[in-house]
Amino acid sequence: MTTASETHLDKDSASGGGSKIHLDRVGKTYPGSKVPAVEELTLDVPEGEILVLVGPSGCGKSTTLRLINRMIEPSTGRILLDGEDVTRANPDKLRRRIGYVIQQIGLFPHQTIAQNIATVPKMLGWDKTRIQERTTELLTTVGLDPEQFAHRYPRELSGGQAQRVGVARALGADPDIMLMDEPFGAIDPITRDRLQNEFLRLQAELHKTIVFVTHDIDEAIKMGDRIAILGERSMIRQVDTPERILAYPVDDFVSDFIGTGATIKGLNFLKVSSLTLADFPTMADGDSPEAVRGKLQQAGYQWAVVLDAERRPSGWIHQDALGGSGEQAPIEGTLDSDGTLFHALEQMVQSESGMTVVTGASGRFEGVVRMTDLAKAIRRAQVEARRHYDDLEANS
Amino acid sequence: MESIQNWWDFVQTRQDDVIKESLVHLRLVAITVVMATIIAVSVGILVSQRPLLRALALSISSTFLTIPSLALFALFVPLVGTGNMPAIIAMTMYALLPILRNTVTGLDAVSPAVVESAKGMGMNGRQQLVRVRLPLAYPLIMAGIRVATLLTVGIAAIAVLVGGGGLGDFIRLGINQQGFPFANYAVVTGVVFIVLIGLVLDIALATFQRFTTARGLRS
Repeated sequence: MTTASETHLDKDSASGGGSKIHLDRVGKTYPGSKVPAVEELTLDVPEGEILVLVGPSGCGKSTTLRLINRMIEPSTGRILLDGEDVTRANPDKLRRRIGYVIQQIGLFPHQTIAQNIATVPKMLGWDKTRIQERTTELLTTVGLDPEQFAHRYPRELSGGQAQRVGVARALGADPDIMLMDEPFGAIDPITRDRLQNEFLRLQAELHKTIVFVTHDIDEAIKMGDRIAILGERSMIRQVDTPERILAYPVDDFVSDFIGTGATIKGLNFLKVSSLTLADFPTMADGDSPEAVRGKLQQAGYQWAVVLDAERRPSGWIHQDALGGSGEQAPIEGTLDSDGTLFHALEQMVQSESGMTVVTGASGRFEGVVRMTDLAKAIRRAQVEARRHYDDLEANS
Repeated sequence: MESIQNWWDFVQTRQDDVIKESLVHLRLVAITVVMATIIAVSVGILVSQRPLLRALALSISSTFLTIPSLALFALFVPLVGTGNMPAIIAMTMYALLPILRNTVTGLDAVSPAVVESAKGMGMNGRQQLVRVRLPLAYPLIMAGIRVATLLTVGIAAIAVLVGGGGLGDFIRLGINQQGFPFANYAVVTGVVFIVLIGLVLDIALATFQRFTTARGLRS
């Protein structure tokens, strides 16, 4: 483990008191084994955050997750929820407070969808009307029509529908905390992508505190507010926001794990609005070819953006076409300031000019993103991430 | 054809006996199966997650089946006297294995993911058993009970040797009176009504199973 991630850990444990989930040196050693499955682990999850545990197969990430709701009893350490020590609390009562979603879903095949979702509310002794309302509400929340699905049986569902029910069931009694163990792992890529998006939308409303396990770094980057990259025996190699991990992997293990293309993936987290767009030569309605050629020479560009009467971009024009053929190259889509630099890159490589046009309100031309802008933005993100870790180290 | 007609005449002249012994037979079977079910399902639940006990329970109940039935019936006479008692004890021992084996298999066949999610939602051991594992194992347990019932219907014919009565009476009568007219009719009567009882019970249990299995589990 590097110094950088250690210092980060120290900071986390110091601020442990106020977090929703606090693991205090929690470890697991199975009887008869000398090597712990989970080395003493200290981790904080603030309220409303999705923390993703990601790591290679067999690193103990699922075990770590299952220590939190004590499906596996920790051998050392303490688990605190809302500051309350639950390490010795009744495990069944504890689990009723925590939503739990697993990859194999585990719906009860002998019960209807509605009965499945009502499992925890029923154990908590809710009355019938309240349970009925809740199941209807939850089915709607996860995008299944209650009329159509409430009385079906699990075997009548597709994999995607079943996992929606799995999520609804975990949300049954409205727990603050959700533990999700590769919930979308066994679902085809297209459905998985849709479920991930829907889940993120749902989370934006619900603000649950979520610990999410996956072995897929791309899923981790997509789902996580923060990512904890785990090595052997569940030791934290780096825990941080996805953008910082992508910009500054602290060691070879982390950079190997996030793999090639990390820089490109990092562009997903950078917005067009973070760039200062330089002046760019345009050819507005009524500009003479000579004037535009002059602007191009002065700025050192070969392409100008052609604007219509409302100053909306309509095409690219090359300097050789000015005054001659007047032929324009199409604009392959534009971005607004909310767009990510990843989209900017995508459009850039499709455009003949090698640049992406940015528009503002009512489609008016704002500026242009060039490859050098991307390179600068990436370097800035890397420098900022590095400085962040340097500061942490200096303060420790 | 003529002999079938003669046999049927024989049955009709002894109609009262046939009905009486059928009912005795049925009663023996019913008591045995109920007792065996209670014992085997309880033991099955106890041993299902304990590999060592489970192996022990299964091999003990298998051993019961290898003891010759005649001997097993006789073994209990010195202990409990003659009559229904030794018959019921011996038959219960025979009926244990199919029910126990299917209970254990059924409970073990419940998907680990289902049990994991039940536990993960905060069901305690008893709730997991009653609300999830037993309902899911039910079709297999019922299949075991049906096998045990058929087995018992056949073996109950021997009960008569320890004074238990039942349709075995006709068979014994036939054997004792070999050479006399009607002797074979008596044996055939015993066999036919035993088979009939077996079929009727099996259909009844299958129907019962169908209506008591959760809709999500029916194929």
